[in-house]
Amino acid sequence: MDTSIKVLIVDDFATMRRILKNILKQLGFKNILEADDGTTALEVLEKQDIDLIISDWNMPKMTGLDLLKRVRADKKYSKHPFLMVTAEAQKQNVIEAVQAGVSNYVVKPFTAEAISEKLKKIIK
Amino acid sequence: MDVRLINPFINATANVIETMAFMKIKAGRPYLKKDSVAKGDVTGVIGLTGVANGTISVTFQERCILKIVSNMFDEEMKVLNEEIADAVGELTNMISGQARKELEETGKIFHAAIPSVITGKNHTISHFTSGPKIAIPFYTDDGNFTIEVCFDK
Repeated sequence: MDTSIKVLIVDDFATMRRILKNILKQLGFKNILEADDGTTALEVLEKQDIDLIISDWNMPKMTGLDLLKRVRADKKYSKHPFLMVTAEAQKQNVIEAVQAGVSNYVVKPFTAEAISEKLKKIIK
Repeated sequence: MDVRLINPFINATANVIETMAFMKIKAGRPYLKKDSVAKGDVTGVIGLTGVANGTISVTFQERCILKIVSNMFDEEMKVLNEEIADAVGELTNMISGQARKELEETGKIFHAAIPSVITGKNHTISHFTSGPKIAIPFYTDDGNFTIEVCFDK
């Protein structure tokens, strides 16, 4: 797994951004950016070349699902790995995310191992 | 209130705390709570709508939540602050999500709002409906916490 890539973590809870950042650092990732909502994430994506997006679903202003749709509609990011990490575990949520082009899906609560396994599947 | 709504929240609470904070917890006996004074120092509250409408709350004693968040961050937390409040909001969010997943498996679909957090000694908890409040205490080696479940039917 290439850990030199640039990662963007999107979550309205600083707690979750911190936990995910800790896990990514343990896995060897060094280029980690954060956004606290979908709107801010789009601004970061426009200014930076991000290789992997890890996003929450349930956020104010713009949901993770809406962010995913915007990302997939953007030629620059249409094929980029997008991992949804969310407490929304109901079947309909998963179906909607898959239809919108999510690369993989992790349900909160999660272990560091679960995040690692999912990342290995979506990062070359 | 349909008592079958209670167990998924007990299961979800245990799963979330054990998975995210690596702590063993023990659930106590549920009881009918008659007042609105919180059984701790910081509370997360989240509204739920669906086959029934209501709220769940999770109230932590200071010592307990400091240990939980310390474990989550792998860094010792010493005081109740914004970081702790944020963590309580996220824990409430996760408990809601896990419980709603289990409820969905029995055909009961719920949607959740964004959680809010209240802090302070002897703060009160306002549930959105006037249904009975069922409280479930949880015990850890580092203090206790209590969830309250309140639905209109």
